[in-house]
Amino acid sequence: MEIVNVNAAALCNSEVMEMLQKLKDTTQKKHKREGYLATVIYETLHYLQDTECKNQTAESVEKFLKAMKKFKLTKTEKLMMLNTPPRTELEIQLIVQESEERLSEDDVSNIIDIINKLFPPNKAS
Amino acid sequence: MFVLSEMKDVIRITPEHFHQSLTDSLAALLNRKLANKVVLNVGLCIALCDIIEIGHSYIFPGDGSSHTEVIFRCIVFRPVIEEIIIGKIKNCSREGVHVTLGFFDDILIPVNALQHPSRFDETDQAWVWEYPKEDGEKHDLFMDSGESIRFRVTSETFEESLPSGPPGAECTPVKTVAPYRIIGGINEPGLGLLTWWEAPDQDDGGDNEEEDNED
Repeated sequence: MEIVNVNAAALCNSEVMEMLQKLKDTTQKKHKREGYLATVIYETLHYLQDTECKNQTAESVEKFLKAMKKFKLTKTEKLMMLNTPPRTELEIQLIVQESEERLSEDDVSNIIDIINKLFPPNKAS
Repeated sequence: MFVLSEMKDVIRITPEHFHQSLTDSLAALLNRKLANKVVLNVGLCIALCDIIEIGHSYIFPGDGSSHTEVIFRCIVFRPVIEEIIIGKIKNCSREGVHVTLGFFDDILIPVNALQHPSRFDETDQAWVWEYPKEDGEKHDLFMDSGESIRFRVTSETFEESLPSGPPGAECTPVKTVAPYRIIGGINEPGLGLLTWWEAPDQDDGGDNEEEDNED
Protein backbone atom coordinates (compact mmCIF):
# COMPACT_ATOMS: atom_id res chain seq x y z
CA MET A 1 0.00 0.00 0.00
CA GLU A 2 1.17 3.45 -0.82
CA ILE A 3 0.30 6.65 0.97
CA VAL A 4 -0.34 9.41 -1.54
CA ASN A 5 -1.26 12.19 0.85
CA VAL A 6 -1.64 11.72 4.59
CA ASN A 7 -3.56 14.91 5.11
CA ALA A 8 -5.61 15.41 1.96
CA ALA A 9 -8.27 17.32 3.87
CA ALA A 10 -9.30 18.01 7.43
CA LEU A 11 -12.75 16.94 8.57
CA CYS A 12 -14.80 18.43 11.33
CA ASN A 13 -16.62 16.12 13.70
CA SER A 14 -20.04 16.81 12.24
CA GLU A 15 -18.86 15.84 8.76
CA VAL A 16 -17.45 12.58 10.06
CA MET A 17 -20.65 11.90 11.92
CA GLU A 18 -22.76 12.50 8.84
CA MET A 19 -20.62 10.22 6.69
CA LEU A 20 -20.54 7.43 9.25
CA GLN A 21 -24.27 7.64 9.80
CA LYS A 22 -24.82 7.25 6.07
CA LEU A 23 -22.37 4.36 5.91
CA LYS A 24 -24.06 2.67 8.86
CA ASP A 25 -27.44 2.89 7.18
CA THR A 26 -26.21 1.50 3.88
CA THR A 27 -24.22 -1.35 5.40
CA GLN A 28 -27.09 -2.33 7.64
CA LYS A 29 -29.31 -2.79 4.64
CA LYS A 30 -26.94 -5.31 3.13
CA HIS A 31 -27.33 -7.38 6.32
CA LYS A 32 -23.89 -8.84 5.75
CA ARG A 33 -21.91 -6.53 7.97
CA GLU A 34 -18.20 -6.48 8.38
CA GLY A 35 -17.09 -6.99 11.97
CA TYR A 36 -14.36 -4.39 12.30
CA LEU A 37 -16.19 -1.79 10.30
CA ALA A 38 -19.38 -2.18 12.32
CA THR A 39 -17.43 -1.91 15.59
CA VAL A 40 -15.48 1.17 14.67
CA ILE A 41 -18.51 2.93 13.22
CA TYR A 42 -20.53 2.16 16.32
CA GLU A 43 -17.82 3.34 18.70
CA THR A 44 -17.00 6.48 16.77
CA LEU A 45 -20.65 7.45 16.42
CA HIS A 46 -21.11 6.79 20.12
CA TYR A 47 -18.30 9.22 20.89
CA LEU A 48 -19.51 11.84 18.43
CA GLN A 49 -23.06 11.69 19.74
CA ASP A 50 -21.83 12.99 23.09
CA THR A 51 -20.05 15.94 21.50
CA GLU A 52 -21.60 19.16 20.33
CA CYS A 53 -21.31 18.28 16.67
CA LYS A 54 -24.61 16.44 16.65
CA ASN A 55 -26.39 19.80 16.59
CA GLN A 56 -24.22 21.21 13.82
CA THR A 57 -25.35 21.23 10.25
CA ALA A 58 -23.42 21.94 7.08
CA GLU A 59 -25.26 25.27 6.96
CA SER A 60 -24.39 26.43 10.46
CA VAL A 61 -20.78 25.33 10.00
CA GLU A 62 -20.53 27.36 6.82
CA LYS A 63 -22.07 30.39 8.51
CA PHE A 64 -19.61 30.01 11.36
CA LEU A 65 -16.60 29.86 9.01
CA LYS A 66 -17.79 32.97 7.20
CA ALA A 67 -18.22 34.83 10.47
CA MET A 68 -14.74 33.78 11.59
CA LYS A 69 -13.01 35.17 8.50
CA LYS A 70 -12.36 38.60 9.98
CA PHE A 71 -10.57 37.26 13.07
CA LYS A 72 -7.61 35.86 11.08
CA LEU A 73 -7.60 32.48 12.76
CA THR A 74 -5.73 29.50 11.40
CA LYS A 75 -7.52 26.56 9.88
CA THR A 76 -6.73 24.30 12.83
CA GLU A 77 -7.98 26.87 15.30
CA LYS A 78 -11.28 27.15 13.50
CA LEU A 79 -11.55 23.38 13.30
CA MET A 80 -10.99 23.09 17.05
CA MET A 81 -13.63 25.75 17.65
CA LEU A 82 -16.09 23.64 15.69
CA ASN A 83 -15.22 20.43 17.47
CA THR A 84 -15.16 21.89 20.97
CA PRO A 85 -17.00 25.22 20.75
CA PRO A 86 -15.48 27.62 23.30
CA ARG A 87 -17.97 29.37 25.56
CA THR A 88 -15.55 31.17 27.86
CA GLU A 89 -12.51 33.40 27.40
CA LEU A 90 -10.36 30.72 28.96
CA GLU A 91 -11.36 28.18 26.33
CA ILE A 92 -10.51 30.61 23.54
CA GLN A 93 -7.10 31.20 25.10
CA LEU A 94 -6.50 27.44 25.00
CA ILE A 95 -7.45 27.11 21.36
CA VAL A 96 -5.91 30.27 19.93
CA GLN A 97 -2.16 30.59 20.31
CA GLU A 98 -1.02 33.94 21.71
CA SER A 99 -4.63 35.01 21.81
CA GLU A 100 -3.87 38.09 23.93
CA GLU A 101 -1.86 39.59 21.10
CA ARG A 102 -4.00 38.45 18.22
CA LEU A 103 -7.48 39.06 19.57
CA SER A 104 -8.85 42.05 21.42
CA GLU A 105 -11.30 41.62 24.27
CA ASP A 106 -14.10 42.65 21.95
CA ASP A 107 -13.04 40.02 19.42
CA VAL A 108 -13.16 37.33 22.08
CA SER A 109 -16.63 38.26 23.28
CA ASN A 110 -17.73 38.55 19.65
CA ILE A 111 -16.56 35.00 18.92
CA ILE A 112 -18.34 33.67 21.99
CA ASP A 113 -21.53 35.47 20.93
CA ILE A 114 -21.36 34.04 17.42
CA ILE A 115 -20.79 30.53 18.76
CA ASN A 116 -23.63 30.79 21.25
CA LYS A 117 -25.92 32.01 18.49
CA LEU A 118 -25.00 29.43 15.85
CA PHE A 119 -24.45 26.47 18.15
CA PRO A 120 -26.70 26.98 21.17
CA PRO A 121 -25.32 25.10 24.16
CA ASN A 122 -26.95 21.88 25.25
CA LYS A 123 -29.27 22.60 28.11
CA ALA A 124 -29.56 18.96 28.98
CA SER A 125 -25.93 18.37 29.87
CA MET B 1 -9.16 15.43 14.84
CA PHE B 2 -10.18 13.53 11.73
CA VAL B 3 -8.53 13.87 8.34
CA LEU B 4 -8.94 12.38 4.92
CA SER B 5 -5.91 10.44 3.71
CA GLU B 6 -5.34 9.56 0.13
CA MET B 7 -3.88 6.11 -0.47
CA LYS B 8 -3.13 3.78 -3.33
CA ASP B 9 -3.33 0.02 -3.21
CA VAL B 10 -3.74 -3.05 -5.34
CA ILE B 11 -6.78 -5.02 -4.29
CA ARG B 12 -7.22 -8.70 -5.05
CA ILE B 13 -10.79 -9.63 -5.80
CA THR B 14 -11.50 -13.34 -5.64
CA PRO B 15 -13.88 -14.80 -8.23
CA GLU B 16 -16.77 -15.26 -5.80
CA HIS B 17 -17.13 -11.48 -5.70
CA PHE B 18 -17.35 -11.13 -9.47
CA HIS B 19 -21.16 -10.98 -9.42
CA GLN B 20 -20.97 -7.65 -7.60
CA SER B 21 -20.04 -4.45 -9.32
CA LEU B 22 -16.33 -3.65 -9.19
CA THR B 23 -16.84 -0.53 -7.07
CA ASP B 24 -18.94 -2.39 -4.51
CA SER B 25 -16.45 -5.18 -4.04
CA LEU B 26 -13.54 -2.73 -3.91
CA ALA B 27 -15.30 -0.68 -1.23
CA ALA B 28 -16.12 -3.77 0.81
CA LEU B 29 -12.58 -5.14 0.55
CA LEU B 30 -10.96 -1.80 1.37
CA ASN B 31 -13.16 -1.41 4.43
CA ARG B 32 -12.35 -4.94 5.50
CA LYS B 33 -8.66 -4.21 5.13
CA LEU B 34 -8.54 -0.80 6.79
CA ALA B 35 -11.43 -0.27 9.18
CA ASN B 36 -10.23 0.07 12.77
CA LYS B 37 -6.59 -0.45 11.78
CA VAL B 38 -3.65 1.80 12.44
CA VAL B 39 -1.57 2.59 9.38
CA LEU B 40 2.01 3.52 10.23
CA ASN B 41 2.51 7.29 10.26
CA VAL B 42 -1.01 7.86 9.01
CA GLY B 43 -3.30 7.21 11.95
CA LEU B 44 -6.28 5.09 12.88
CA CYS B 45 -8.39 4.36 9.82
CA ILE B 46 -12.09 4.57 10.50
CA ALA B 47 -13.75 3.88 7.17
CA LEU B 48 -13.46 4.36 3.44
CA CYS B 49 -14.66 7.77 2.29
CA ASP B 50 -14.58 7.52 -1.49
CA ILE B 51 -12.78 5.88 -4.37
CA ILE B 52 -11.00 8.38 -6.56
CA GLU B 53 -9.64 6.27 -9.35
CA ILE B 54 -9.90 2.66 -10.40
CA GLY B 55 -7.02 1.51 -12.58
CA HIS B 56 -6.75 -1.52 -14.82
CA SER B 57 -7.48 -4.95 -13.48
CA TYR B 58 -4.96 -7.72 -14.10
CA ILE B 59 -5.18 -11.46 -13.97
CA PHE B 60 -2.00 -13.34 -13.17
CA PRO B 61 -1.21 -16.86 -14.31
CA GLY B 62 -2.33 -19.45 -11.78
CA ASP B 63 -4.72 -17.13 -9.96
CA GLY B 64 -8.33 -16.60 -10.95
CA SER B 65 -8.59 -13.36 -9.01
CA SER B 66 -8.44 -9.94 -10.51
CA HIS B 67 -5.93 -7.44 -9.17
CA THR B 68 -7.06 -3.86 -9.38
CA GLU B 69 -5.10 -0.74 -8.67
CA VAL B 70 -7.20 1.76 -6.83
CA ILE B 71 -6.70 5.26 -5.41
CA PHE B 72 -9.04 6.10 -2.55
CA ARG B 73 -9.60 8.35 0.42
CA CYS B 74 -10.11 7.12 3.92
CA ILE B 75 -11.42 8.81 7.08
CA VAL B 76 -8.53 8.71 9.52
CA PHE B 77 -8.33 9.63 13.18
CA ARG B 78 -5.17 11.70 13.46
CA PRO B 79 -5.31 14.60 15.89
CA VAL B 80 -3.06 17.54 15.19
CA ILE B 81 -0.33 18.20 17.76
CA GLU B 82 -1.54 20.99 20.09
CA GLU B 83 -5.16 20.09 19.40
CA ILE B 84 -7.65 20.25 22.27
CA ILE B 85 -9.80 17.13 22.63
CA ILE B 86 -12.43 16.10 25.13
CA GLY B 87 -12.34 12.48 26.24
CA LYS B 88 -13.25 10.35 29.22
CA ILE B 89 -10.92 9.05 31.93
CA LYS B 90 -10.45 5.32 31.53
CA ASN B 91 -8.40 4.79 34.65
CA CYS B 92 -5.52 6.20 36.63
CA SER B 93 -2.24 4.50 37.38
CA ARG B 94 1.17 5.48 38.68
CA GLU B 95 2.14 6.31 35.08
CA GLY B 96 -0.55 8.95 34.81
CA VAL B 97 -4.08 9.25 33.58
CA HIS B 98 -5.35 7.00 30.80
CA VAL B 99 -7.97 8.59 28.59
CA THR B 100 -10.36 6.96 26.13
CA LEU B 101 -12.41 8.32 23.27
CA GLY B 102 -14.46 5.14 22.93
CA PHE B 103 -13.00 4.16 19.59
CA PHE B 104 -9.43 4.99 20.61
CA ASP B 105 -7.88 4.10 23.97
CA ASP B 106 -4.15 4.63 23.80
CA ILE B 107 -4.01 8.11 25.24
CA LEU B 108 -1.84 8.80 28.27
CA ILE B 109 -1.46 11.96 30.27
CA PRO B 110 1.87 11.37 32.02
CA VAL B 111 2.55 12.46 35.59
CA ASN B 112 4.64 15.45 34.59
CA ALA B 113 1.82 16.82 32.42
CA LEU B 114 -0.83 16.82 35.15
CA GLN B 115 -1.90 19.97 36.96
CA HIS B 116 0.64 20.93 39.58
CA PRO B 117 0.69 19.87 42.41
CA SER B 118 -0.95 16.45 41.98
CA ARG B 119 -0.65 13.28 44.02
CA PHE B 120 -1.73 9.69 43.41
CA ASP B 121 -4.31 8.42 45.87
CA GLU B 122 -3.59 4.71 46.44
CA THR B 123 -6.90 3.86 48.09
CA ASP B 124 -9.05 5.44 45.40
CA GLN B 125 -6.59 4.67 42.59
CA ALA B 126 -7.06 8.17 41.27
CA TRP B 127 -4.96 11.24 40.71
CA VAL B 128 -5.80 14.23 42.82
CA TRP B 129 -5.08 17.83 42.00
CA GLU B 130 -4.25 19.62 45.24
CA TYR B 131 -5.68 22.96 44.33
CA PRO B 132 -4.26 25.61 46.67
CA LYS B 133 -6.86 27.80 48.39
CA GLU B 134 -6.24 31.40 49.40
CA ASP B 135 -5.95 30.54 53.08
CA GLY B 136 -3.02 28.23 52.39
CA GLU B 137 -5.03 25.03 52.59
CA LYS B 138 -5.47 22.59 49.76
CA HIS B 139 -8.61 21.60 47.99
CA ASP B 140 -8.52 18.04 46.66
CA LEU B 141 -9.88 17.63 43.15
CA PHE B 142 -10.26 13.95 42.29
CA MET B 143 -9.90 12.57 38.78
CA ASP B 144 -12.32 9.65 38.81
CA SER B 145 -12.84 7.18 35.97
CA GLY B 146 -15.60 8.07 33.58
CA GLU B 147 -15.30 11.82 34.02
CA SER B 148 -15.03 14.01 30.92
CA ILE B 149 -11.60 15.52 30.55
CA ARG B 150 -10.24 18.20 28.24
CA PHE B 151 -6.62 17.72 27.25
CA ARG B 152 -4.07 18.99 24.78
CA VAL B 153 -2.33 16.56 22.44
CA THR B 154 1.39 17.03 23.01
CA SER B 155 2.96 14.19 21.04
CA GLU B 156 2.25 10.98 19.19
CA THR B 157 4.23 7.80 18.59
CA PHE B 158 3.81 5.14 15.99
CA GLU B 159 5.18 1.71 16.72
CA GLU B 160 5.75 -0.81 14.00
CA SER B 161 4.36 -4.12 15.14
CA LEU B 162 6.62 -6.85 13.84
CA PRO B 163 5.72 -10.47 13.44
CA SER B 164 6.96 -12.47 16.41
CA GLY B 165 10.32 -14.18 15.97
CA PRO B 166 10.93 -17.86 15.28
CA PRO B 167 9.83 -20.28 17.99
CA GLY B 168 12.49 -21.55 20.34
CA ALA B 169 15.78 -19.66 20.51
CA GLU B 170 15.31 -16.56 22.60
CA CYS B 171 11.64 -16.48 23.34
CA THR B 172 11.00 -12.91 24.27
CA PRO B 173 7.70 -12.54 26.06
CA VAL B 174 5.07 -11.44 23.59
CA LYS B 175 4.40 -7.84 24.37
CA THR B 176 1.53 -6.19 22.64
CA VAL B 177 2.57 -2.64 22.00
CA ALA B 178 0.00 -0.09 20.99
CA PRO B 179 0.73 0.79 17.35
CA TYR B 180 -0.35 4.39 17.78
CA ARG B 181 -0.18 6.26 21.04
CA ILE B 182 -1.05 9.79 21.94
CA ILE B 183 0.55 11.68 24.79
CA GLY B 184 -1.53 14.49 26.22
CA GLY B 185 -1.18 17.20 28.81
CA ILE B 186 -3.51 19.05 31.15
CA ASN B 187 -0.99 21.37 32.81
CA GLU B 188 -2.59 24.61 31.63
CA PRO B 189 -5.46 26.61 33.04
CA GLY B 190 -8.70 25.47 31.44
CA LEU B 191 -7.55 21.88 30.94
CA GLY B 192 -8.56 18.91 33.02
CA LEU B 193 -12.00 17.77 34.12
CA LEU B 194 -14.76 19.84 32.57
CA THR B 195 -16.35 20.31 36.01
CA TRP B 196 -13.24 22.12 37.28
CA TRP B 197 -13.76 25.04 34.95
CA GLU B 198 -17.49 25.28 34.59
CA ALA B 199 -18.86 28.80 34.58
CA PRO B 200 -19.79 29.85 38.11
CA ASP B 201 -23.30 30.97 37.11
CA GLN B 202 -24.84 27.50 37.47
CA ASP B 203 -25.14 27.37 41.28
CA ASP B 204 -21.47 26.98 42.02
CA GLY B 205 -20.29 26.38 45.54
CA GLY B 206 -22.58 23.40 45.57
CA ASP B 207 -20.25 21.94 43.03
CA ASN B 208 -17.26 21.95 45.35
CA GLU B 209 -19.17 20.52 48.26
CA GLU B 210 -20.33 17.67 46.11
CA GLU B 211 -16.78 16.65 45.41
CA ASP B 212 -15.94 16.85 49.11
CA ASN B 213 -18.71 14.47 49.93
CA GLU B 214 -17.47 11.91 47.51
CA ASP B 215 -14.30 11.10 49.40
